[in-house]
Amino acid sequence: MGPVETPPRRAEELAVIGKRLPKVDAWGKVIGETKYADDLILPRMAHARLLRARHPHARIKAIDTSRARALPGVLAVITGADFPPVKFGILPVSQDEEALSTEKVRYVGDAVAAVAAVDEETAERATELIEVEYEPLPPIMSIEEALAEGTVRIQEYGDGPNIHKLVSLEFGDVEEGFREADLIREDLFYFEGSNHLPMEQHAAVARWDPDGKLTLWSSTQTPHYVHRTLAKVLELPMSHVRVIATPVGGGFGGKSDPFSHELVVARLAQLTGRPVKCTLTREEVFYAHRGRHPVLMWVKTGVTRDGTIQAMHFRSILDGGAYGSYGVASTFYTGALQTVTYKVPRYKFEGCRVFTNKPPCGPKRGHGTPQPRYAIEVHLDKIAEALGLDPAEMRRRQVVEPFSKTANHLTITTCGLEECIDRVVEASGWREKHRRLPPGRGVGFAASSYITGAGLAIYWNEMPHTGVIVKIDRGGGVAAFCGSIDIGQGSDSVLASVVAEVLGILPEDIRVVTADTDLTPVDLGSYSSRVTLMMGNAAKEAAEKLRGLLLDAAAKKLEVSPAGLVARGRRVYLRDDPERGMSFAEAAQLAEAAYGTLAAAGSYRPPRRGGKFKGAGVGPTPAYSYTACVAEVAVDPETGEVRPLEIWIAHDGGRALNPLLVEGQVEGSVYMGLGEALMEEQIFRKGLHKIPSMLEYKSPTTLETPEIRTILVETNDPEGPFGAKEAGQVPLLPLIPAIANAVYDAVGVRVDEIPITPEKVLKGLDQKGKGQEPRVGPERFPRVSFPEPIRVESAFGQPADLSLKRE
Amino acid sequence: MRINLTINGRQRELEVSPHQTLLQLLRDTLGIHDAKEGCGEGVCGACTVLLDGRPVSSCLVLAPTAHGRQILTVRGLEEDGLHPLQEAFVRHGAVQCGFCTPGILLTACALLERDPGADREAIRRALGGNLCRCTGYAKILDAVEAYARGL
Ligand code: FES
Ligand code: FES
Repeated sequence: MGPVETPPRRAEELAVIGKRLPKVDAWGKVIGETKYADDLILPRMAHARLLRARHPHARIKAIDTSRARALPGVLAVITGADFPPVKFGILPVSQDEEALSTEKVRYVGDAVAAVAAVDEETAERATELIEVEYEPLPPIMSIEEALAEGTVRIQEYGDGPNIHKLVSLEFGDVEEGFREADLIREDLFYFEGSNHLPMEQHAAVARWDPDGKLTLWSSTQTPHYVHRTLAKVLELPMSHVRVIATPVGGGFGGKSDPFSHELVVARLAQLTGRPVKCTLTREEVFYAHRGRHPVLMWVKTGVTRDGTIQAMHFRSILDGGAYGSYGVASTFYTGALQTVTYKVPRYKFEGCRVFTNKPPCGPKRGHGTPQPRYAIEVHLDKIAEALGLDPAEMRRRQVVEPFSKTANHLTITTCGLEECIDRVVEASGWREKHRRLPPGRGVGFAASSYITGAGLAIYWNEMPHTGVIVKIDRGGGVAAFCGSIDIGQGSDSVLASVVAEVLGILPEDIRVVTADTDLTPVDLGSYSSRVTLMMGNAAKEAAEKLRGLLLDAAAKKLEVSPAGLVARGRRVYLRDDPERGMSFAEAAQLAEAAYGTLAAAGSYRPPRRGGKFKGAGVGPTPAYSYTACVAEVAVDPETGEVRPLEIWIAHDGGRALNPLLVEGQVEGSVYMGLGEALMEEQIFRKGLHKIPSMLEYKSPTTLETPEIRTILVETNDPEGPFGAKEAGQVPLLPLIPAIANAVYDAVGVRVDEIPITPEKVLKGLDQKGKGQEPRVGPERFPRVSFPEPIRVESAFGQPADLSLKRE
Repeated sequence: MRINLTINGRQRELEVSPHQTLLQLLRDTLGIHDAKEGCGEGVCGACTVLLDGRPVSSCLVLAPTAHGRQILTVRGLEEDGLHPLQEAFVRHGAVQCGFCTPGILLTACALLERDPGADREAIRRALGGNLCRCTGYAKILDAVEAYARGL
């Protein structure tokens, strides 16, 4: 390693952070070398297939596996009886899943049996020979059916017969707020569910070693939670289970739960004494699901004449599918972040999640918040119109105060939303375009906020949420170890960049070792946009400890004070006399001689700043990110087709550690939002998934994706490593309402239901032509017996208390 | 049945079954895993390989029909080090999870072979059959365009 640059005079400038550097894993990916889970081939490996239910709801009377067992090439056939009677689930409060169903199947696709065979084809044929006798039960396929009295139950727990969860919270007196309002508006919205559609189909490989230890390779976003689940369900000590997350070929939340196929390959590997692989087909990915919840929403807001929000009351009903998954958290998320974008002094939220006989819903990019964000941003657009105000300006005036608290006791740190709004308004020519474009063309505006990592772990514990170990060898080589898993978002690159910045070397000088529960300290997983901030802070702490040792050792040798030294450009040298110094490797050797083996750990636990009421656990985060968006569309009045023409999007993700990667997250979010806004939907007919194939499930190609103008607005957040916040989720949120508002600007039709399909636009145009209300969307909100709300005083406007940094 | 074909410049003689797809032959029989499966039904483009220089979805091509033909997977793009288009993908941030990357690189290479000066619109059209769920295509188009314009 030679010096890569002449040391600049101002050593305080950052050398790696903020630079548009390539991802550290990009090379392996462009040559096709990266090994995803399905690319793993182990000696004597067998292949597994699952038998999945064809009934949406049925009791299992008997399973006969004898014919399958007799098929040549079959190594093992298992059913639920081959597992201990232990249920699992990602949330401690929803332990309702089985590796293979024993008593009931609850959706088409629920796994009932599995086969290991010498090849996939034989395994598949064997599953067809398994005979399951079912007693069909009435399927419950909609929110209405789930809420109806006297129907058969899907699960035996929850807050009502088919009600998984009921929530009711009130912060401040909303009725008082409504009395102070000049205008009160109520609206109903519906948001259809959608799948993540990751390009990589889930896959897992298990190997049981002769010493009784299990290794599982899996395309998972949460190796730590899979680790816990394997130990629980297979009744093994955690120390005998090793989970290695392979590079994930797209997750978006869809690979965040422990899944049947992961447990099944483990059991089959144990029974057959051979490694076993299972790769889901695309159809099975639609069944494994955990995608966007369909949500029915009602919102009521009271504003004064200038559009200032006085109070908001929000209700949601989530169609959860057959199991709990992350659903309790999803339910809270449909209500928790309403207060983080604009000032909402009084706020009431009532939420309900029902069970239906469909694949379970869970977290998809934006987890529980794109649906309410869509509702609120369209609702505010309508309010602005009613008041004759510019919708962007009306919102801009009410952006939350930095370093303040919200009504529901969330702490905001930095907020760059005002600047985001200004930048997209400017760049898009909003003022010249809104309500001024020719018929069929329109622009829409929306804004959003999101968490930078959930404030609490999924299971209650006092331990760090992430840990990083950095080790330096005598040649100056640096390795960084963390349980985090790169799902394409660039977490490996963030780890390398942060360590490189602190130690004064380059990301490519660092070997990252990640997502291996035997080798790396725990990181909770790639969900809730937590990794950059949390792992970054831990990496910084570990690297700073080592830098301290290097500078101390170098200072002794140079006979100067360590405070006068910097590590930079693969050297350690005097800030005021850059010629005097030594190579990084030499400093490492001096430090090892002085202090012994060079390794240090850092860890991170988010501040506990939430409120003290029940339900306060969802919403808090170290910092919120912000996005504003303008979308321009063309709507064809003949076909109803909506064509996005251009998207302007400004994002405050704190300091961009690597602008190239941050832009990539923004653009990917825009894309995914467009798909949801216009075409993607996971829908069912007669209990069957209507479109469990990529042929039918439409998602945007290059041809449907317009040019995206990305603007990064950088705040420097005190909570993030080098000031960084979140990038991967918040830019999805405003896209969907911005498109809806643009459609209205183009043709005067309100589509209050996602996706905005050509049929819905045509229906609205038809109504408009007949002089009826040009609106397409839900007409009523069913009766739900929400409990009396937990009443909490509003904390709106109180200053943030950052002293509660690490309790 | 026995077939002869050339994969990434190497001639091979292989035993295949009549209903095996080219993708299965590459991945399962030969362990050439740089062609990916994203759907198995010809929609996503992850399994794209070049067959006599033309991009095809290898999950739809029956292995026996590849007899006597040239197959290129993304591994075969490298000559002396990375192909400049691969370099451009690295530099422009066109890779996120990377699962679509081999197929997109090959489709783009075939386009630029045919039409070296292809503009953004032509690139957009050529890549219409390759899904990417991560990038929003923006940086992929940037990378291919930069290469086409010799940047
Ligand atoms: S796997 Fe061949 S096109 Fe999707
Ligand atoms: S980079 Fe993930 S699908 Fe394209």
